[in-house]
Amino acid sequence: MTSAVSFKQVSRHFGSVRAVDAVDLDIAPGEFFAMLGPSGSGKTTCLRLIAGFEQPTAGSISIFGERAEGVPPYRRNVNTVFQDYALFPHLNVLDNVAYGLMVKGVGKAERHKAAEEALSLVRLPGYGARRPGQLSGGQRQRVALARALVNQPKVLLLDEPLGALDLKLRENMQEELKSLQKALGITFVFVTHDQGEALSMADRVAVFNDGRIMQIGTPEDIYQRPRTRFVADFVGSSNVLPPDFVQRYSGQHRWGSLRPESIRVSNATSGDGVAAKLIGTNYLGATTRLALDADGLRLHAVVPAGTALPAEGEAVMLTFNRESLHLMDEPA
Amino acid sequence: MTSAAVQYNPTPAILPGKGGMRGALSDLFWRRPKLLLLLMLLPPVLWLGIVYIGSLFALLAQSFFSIDEFSGLINRQFTLKTYGDLFQPANLDIILRTVTMAALVTLASAIVAFPIAYYAARYAKGRWKALFYLGVMLPLWSSYLVKVYAWKLILAKEGILTWLFGKLGLSWLLDAWLSLPIVGGNSLSVSFTGTFIVFVYVWLPFMILPVQAALERVPGNLVEASSDLGASPGQTFRNVLFPLALPGIVAGSIFTFSLTLGDYIIPAIIGTSRLFIGQAVYSQQGTAGNIPLAAAFTVVPIVIMGFYLWGAKRMGAFDAL
Repeated sequence: MTSAVSFKQVSRHFGSVRAVDAVDLDIAPGEFFAMLGPSGSGKTTCLRLIAGFEQPTAGSISIFGERAEGVPPYRRNVNTVFQDYALFPHLNVLDNVAYGLMVKGVGKAERHKAAEEALSLVRLPGYGARRPGQLSGGQRQRVALARALVNQPKVLLLDEPLGALDLKLRENMQEELKSLQKALGITFVFVTHDQGEALSMADRVAVFNDGRIMQIGTPEDIYQRPRTRFVADFVGSSNVLPPDFVQRYSGQHRWGSLRPESIRVSNATSGDGVAAKLIGTNYLGATTRLALDADGLRLHAVVPAGTALPAEGEAVMLTFNRESLHLMDEPA
Repeated sequence: MTSAAVQYNPTPAILPGKGGMRGALSDLFWRRPKLLLLLMLLPPVLWLGIVYIGSLFALLAQSFFSIDEFSGLINRQFTLKTYGDLFQPANLDIILRTVTMAALVTLASAIVAFPIAYYAARYAKGRWKALFYLGVMLPLWSSYLVKVYAWKLILAKEGILTWLFGKLGLSWLLDAWLSLPIVGGNSLSVSFTGTFIVFVYVWLPFMILPVQAALERVPGNLVEASSDLGASPGQTFRNVLFPLALPGIVAGSIFTFSLTLGDYIIPAIIGTSRLFIGQAVYSQQGTAGNIPLAAAFTVVPIVIMGFYLWGAKRMGAFDAL
């Protein structure tokens, strides 16, 4: 089966900066693919390489089996939802959405009908006559989505589209995007620095750092079985355990990852477990996050709200199930 | 406990007044911001209202007087006779010639200015941007008269341009152009073509700067979005860049158009002996002593600009503002 998007040893260097460095990537048709990473990790450059705004310094890119290097953006059947939406301020919403069809020469009546349908799809029917400046952030985001979808792209690229929305709206849009993607069956490539967003929406996630892909896998893979310290730390702020510590509990001299929610905290001062001191608590609503000091090793634990907690500064005992301790591939 | 806190933070919560006239004034202005605004606006409003608009109205009033053709005295009675005089063939000719020249100069300035402004807004950074501003502004630092005379030398029959055309083996092209009716003449310096070239040269900065400012405000990702949605560079220019730069082009054209309409020095030094509006005003108020007709002539550019702006607004030139 041909990949929707395929990168073979793709690099994009800006002078001495290796924004993207020898990346191999295969995105399956119809997949919801997330590119996750901190800012400057190369994920947005990868997206721009797919869109055609950037050309690779080395390597080859193909989109549905067709070579894409040297092909300008306007000849790629790929559309982008920009981070700050990039709606045309001088056009009303309907003409914004119909823009792609207009430049392809579709007649006015037909393209306006298609634009109306696209606006209904993103639940903004009847907003066509307004100017982008009159819309709220969430509405602009939907218009940007409609403007891309109306062209029926082979791949839809989304560059941190939810970054500017407030939490409630963001959660709604996450669900909507996901169901829209399922209904339309279009390949979505989604760039985000929010690991929660990537895990909840994507079929597969690629974790970027320093222009390279650290790990590609399903959200569960990435979360439960991080391969490197970076992935463990970046995705869900796992406790990264040094090899010496891990050896005591697993017998293997390797880096380990232990999720904060796998740690149980008890008041016991003796018995099995890791002796630690509670040094701080963060109330997060549904859960409470505890900062712990286990003989110089800084650990975090997350416990459900309402759990009886020892006072700050008190000695506690930490326990966890052996299978929760994940051993990473990264050499010690 | 309390004494320790006071020791840590000895400053009071409310500071005493600064004292003196200035302190009192600061407090007064803070309490009554409108007073400050009024004081700040009064001098410029007086200047603008009396000296500027006032003289314009004086001019307007003059245009409704007429001149006694026998005595040469001004008859201070309301009449539209002077405006009627504007429609005499000789005067109408002057108006048409000037408006056509202003329109062509504006069009050419826009065409020449756009790529320069686009480069400066999109690509020039740091030192290149400074160089751009310097290059655009530098001609404005030197005297306008010196520049115009310099152009007279460049365009003269014995000038560098004729020499250059000769060296390039293109003398036939220059001769063919100069033999054309209306735009031609004995040499470029005594033809309308010369007048046109110098007008475009002198007013170009006034077009480049507003267009550059307008293009600077167009976010780069709009160009990318247009391309992403399938628009070729030409389509992106027509549908995104041009409409968004239009307010700047209109602003620039107000300068180039109205400055050309009113100028009387360039066509006097470079060009034919046929008059432009500015020259007509100059000669009517000077040698002819016909102040009312001079005033009526100056009203023409004002009316034309009014119609121009009204038309530009109707075409949506300011929608993107």
